[in-house]
Amino acid sequence: MTDNTKTIQGRTGPWELVMGLEIHAQVASRAKLFSGAAVGFGAGPNEQVSLVDAGFPGMLPVLNKFCVEQAVRTGLGLNAKINNRSQFDRKNYFYPDLPTGYQISQLFYPIVGEGVVEVEAEDGSFFNVGIERLHLEQDAGKLIHDLSPTESYVDLNRAGTALMEIVSRPDIRSPEEAVAYVKKIRTILIYLGTCDGDMEKGNLRADVNVSVCHPGQYEKFKATGDFSHLGTRCEIKNVNSFRFISQAINYEARRQIEILEDGGKVDQETRLYDPTAGETRSMRSKEEAMDYRYFPDPDLLPLELEQAWIDGIKASLPELPDDKRRRLMADYGLSQYDAVVLISEQAKADYFEAAAQGNGTGRRDAKLVANWVTNELSARLAADGKDFSECPLPAAHVAELVELIENGTISSKIAKEVFDHVWSGEGSPSEVVEKHGLKQVTDTGAIEKAVDEIIAANPDKAAAVAEKPQAIGWFVGQVMKATGGKANPAAVNDILKAKLGL
Amino acid sequence: MAIDAATVRRVAHLARIKTPEDRLEPLAAELNGILNWIEQLNEVDVDGVEPMTSNVHQPLRLRDDVVTDGARVDAVLSNAPKSADGFFVVPKVVE
Amino acid sequence: MTDLTRLTLKAALDGLKARDFSSEEITKAFVANIDAANPRLNAYVVQTTDKALDMARASDARLAKGEGGALEGAPLGIKDLFCTDGVQTTAGSNMLRGFVPPYESTVTSNLWADGAVMLGKLNMDEFAMGSSNETSAFGPVVNPWKSSASNADLTPGGSSGGSASAVAGDLCLAATASDTGGSIRQPAAFTGTVGVKPTYGRASRFGMVAFASSLDQAGPIARTVEDAAILLRSMCSFDPKDSTSLDVETPDWTASLGKGVKGLRIGVPKEYVVDGMPAEIQALWDQGVEWLKAAGAEIVEISLPHTKYALPAYYIIAPAEASSNLARYDGMRFGHRAEKAASLADLYETSRAEGFGKEVQRRLTIGAYVLSAGFYDAYYVRALKVRRRIAMDFDAVWDKVDAILTPSTPSAAFALGDKQIDPLQMYLNDIFTVTANLAGLPGISVPAGLDKGGLPLGLQVIGKALDEATVFQVADVLEQSAGFTARPEKWW
Ligand SMILES: [Mg+2]
Ligand SMILES: [Zn+2]
Repeated sequence: MTDNTKTIQGRTGPWELVMGLEIHAQVASRAKLFSGAAVGFGAGPNEQVSLVDAGFPGMLPVLNKFCVEQAVRTGLGLNAKINNRSQFDRKNYFYPDLPTGYQISQLFYPIVGEGVVEVEAEDGSFFNVGIERLHLEQDAGKLIHDLSPTESYVDLNRAGTALMEIVSRPDIRSPEEAVAYVKKIRTILIYLGTCDGDMEKGNLRADVNVSVCHPGQYEKFKATGDFSHLGTRCEIKNVNSFRFISQAINYEARRQIEILEDGGKVDQETRLYDPTAGETRSMRSKEEAMDYRYFPDPDLLPLELEQAWIDGIKASLPELPDDKRRRLMADYGLSQYDAVVLISEQAKADYFEAAAQGNGTGRRDAKLVANWVTNELSARLAADGKDFSECPLPAAHVAELVELIENGTISSKIAKEVFDHVWSGEGSPSEVVEKHGLKQVTDTGAIEKAVDEIIAANPDKAAAVAEKPQAIGWFVGQVMKATGGKANPAAVNDILKAKLGL
Repeated sequence: MAIDAATVRRVAHLARIKTPEDRLEPLAAELNGILNWIEQLNEVDVDGVEPMTSNVHQPLRLRDDVVTDGARVDAVLSNAPKSADGFFVVPKVVE
Repeated sequence: MTDLTRLTLKAALDGLKARDFSSEEITKAFVANIDAANPRLNAYVVQTTDKALDMARASDARLAKGEGGALEGAPLGIKDLFCTDGVQTTAGSNMLRGFVPPYESTVTSNLWADGAVMLGKLNMDEFAMGSSNETSAFGPVVNPWKSSASNADLTPGGSSGGSASAVAGDLCLAATASDTGGSIRQPAAFTGTVGVKPTYGRASRFGMVAFASSLDQAGPIARTVEDAAILLRSMCSFDPKDSTSLDVETPDWTASLGKGVKGLRIGVPKEYVVDGMPAEIQALWDQGVEWLKAAGAEIVEISLPHTKYALPAYYIIAPAEASSNLARYDGMRFGHRAEKAASLADLYETSRAEGFGKEVQRRLTIGAYVLSAGFYDAYYVRALKVRRRIAMDFDAVWDKVDAILTPSTPSAAFALGDKQIDPLQMYLNDIFTVTANLAGLPGISVPAGLDKGGLPLGLQVIGKALDEATVFQVADVLEQSAGFTARPEKWW
């Protein structure tokens, strides 16, 4: 673990941040957690609502098996303990987006217990975040405030959708770590296929618990497990972008520091991040302090999972990002940096592997393939707003391009031009090279001829090179120009040096 | 654990039942009567006894992930005190 | 011609099948009775006469073809706790006045599938919280029985008071009811009818307005043990829509009748002798013991040591569950919404204060309190542990006895208004019945005699989980032995 702890300099001295996150990830299921209504985006108001979701009298919940399976899958992907026996509880509170007046969740016995996630920091180091638990619960409906000045409109399409709430330990020490952690969880979920990770649609969102403390306090907390060493925390609800997570934490930490340095006390409360104003603000006043009166849901029975069923899910898990990273480094000799960039998107890593496996003519230079995938190709896709699962270019094209570089048919520089043509759909790299005559000139005779001609035409410059060796660059440029850029640059250099007597 | 008027006020609010100030004291007395009677449960030795939440001794049944419901906006809104354009309409919610 | 409305369900079904009379005839006869009686008895809150006649004619058409289900053509009353598609369902509350469910409860669906005819919806204590039917938003139900000592209107008991009164007053052949702490068996005892609460999980709770989910069970109120067995069978089914529904066969309980009790071991729990129990109740109980002994049963004195804690445990568990179950009545999607409210919070509080009656408010407040921070363990969790103790008491006697005999209630029906001042007095009505709810066991109340004022008294038989068969077997012998033929005199 490296020291990514963020220190904020206050008027009275330095402060440190401590954060724990609750990530709500929507289960990628067809139907809701306890009803047969569809889960989806874009339906008309209340079209995906059953009478169970709307909390009608006498309606009862029946649990969706697929959602249970996805929670178990996710738990296994977080290296966490799967609880063979769990239970659903009711969290009671009144709100117009909560039709029954309670949310079915799991407080006392969650389906998944403790786990740990390894996260890459920006500097390439790793840190661990402890997972306290993962539980299944229902999402609430949606309130629309802008259809009437005096009323709110309620759409329950989202009500009852299955969520996995992943609760971390307070192991996160900076806004950057928080973002890296959420990115990592998102990647794992997408690898597992248990959540689509679409933050814009709200399918993945985080509640961020932020507190500040003096240096040294966190270490005391770690040693004793005693939360009193840490500051009072505030929970920022439902932050749904990486940028907002970072902004909200920065704002909130400074707000708390200011209060403390003014001799005040931070109130434990729920706050909301307003991206427009760039600030957090209190959601509920103190006297409204929530008392959720959790108790086991008497409409449901304890959920019992057979170990064999859990083992079956475990056996079906795909290769997860950390394993993939290690394997890419071991099998392909990639740097950690390249491996981390590749695994950040499962389709990207798959694409890389397909390209590195080659186009039927054997394995390619993995480092070179990785460069093409992570740089040129990533940039083009990003410009078109696509990801690797939608990549129009077959991996075999990249393999072929690298092969052409490897066998000296084209130079790296020409390869960019070839890539342009391939990207615009002109065919495979070899077809493009053929069509545009981009084959690299390695025939030293031809290069010598060009060099001789240029030296002969510029005797004064040739003489000056002896005094100023870096002026050779001008000659290189001229030779490349004369050969249409196809001359092998190394050969050009060698010949020039020899002829100019350097 | 005697209940006072302030507790009644707090609990009535938790239950979202408007309770006029002059009802708090009488309600407290009433509830204390009931709770005092309930206190006899403290006589029971419950050491090591598992709380019993259900009479049903079977594992929870699970259903398949199949869409079988929804697409019935009219039924969902049929008893709404107020609705418009497919939505339930409630007084302005200030967040 | 015989008065069709005084037939037993069994006799009516036989007559319908033999086409001695039509379903339309018997239905019209009940409608006439309801029209005449309801202004005084207040048993029905909704009459569905047109629907009833349509259903009756459809039944007659099936019967004419020699077809028809187990209840074909039989006019029944439905407790207003069961949601009925297109028919107002209120659970006796102003909160749901005007609420028309776009769905049907599983229990009533089963009845219609078996050919039953719906006469209407029966009055009940608000959200089934009460033992006298006085908490109903539609006013109290009146018991068809009168004491020889006074002309006062009596309670039919609660919460299924409308069901009991309608069956006793010839306003339906039989009725559906529900029992959370005794709400079938106590009104049955107060009206000289038979009431059965089956094993928890036998009858689906889908579409039944919830009071306390872990205790609520539907069951019949009928005129005879046989009628109760017939109706219960139709009501029960395994229902995948209710996660607590038991995936078990529903047997034909009429097969238990006439078997006698020879060789059965009947437990008599000493803890059911309670302070201040009227001598007539003890005498009735003793009489029941004698009848069973005479019929060849072995009487075994047993101990259910935690009996006295059942009622206080119930008054934590039931209100706690209710406080959550009734949170959905917030005036947002259905139900009563206050006209004027200063804010959203005010709208919630005002709507609920206006929509719920006093007893419901009292229980919701207790429920919220016992679940609230700092009290959850002391009250709720402790009550759940006591509940297990009570269930364990029963478990411990089942190797010694096959069924248990107790009185159904600590008194006969009392006058309306008598116990309204002290909620605790009212709660004590369920002292003998509530244990079966906490432990999920089947129980039946059979009319077994009259008190000195000529009012009916009932005996209760409690059985093992899923062993309704033995419960019916014993109840049948009690019914035969008691030869209970008394009927309320028509004063309305
Ligand atoms: Mg949370
Ligand atoms: Zn949550």
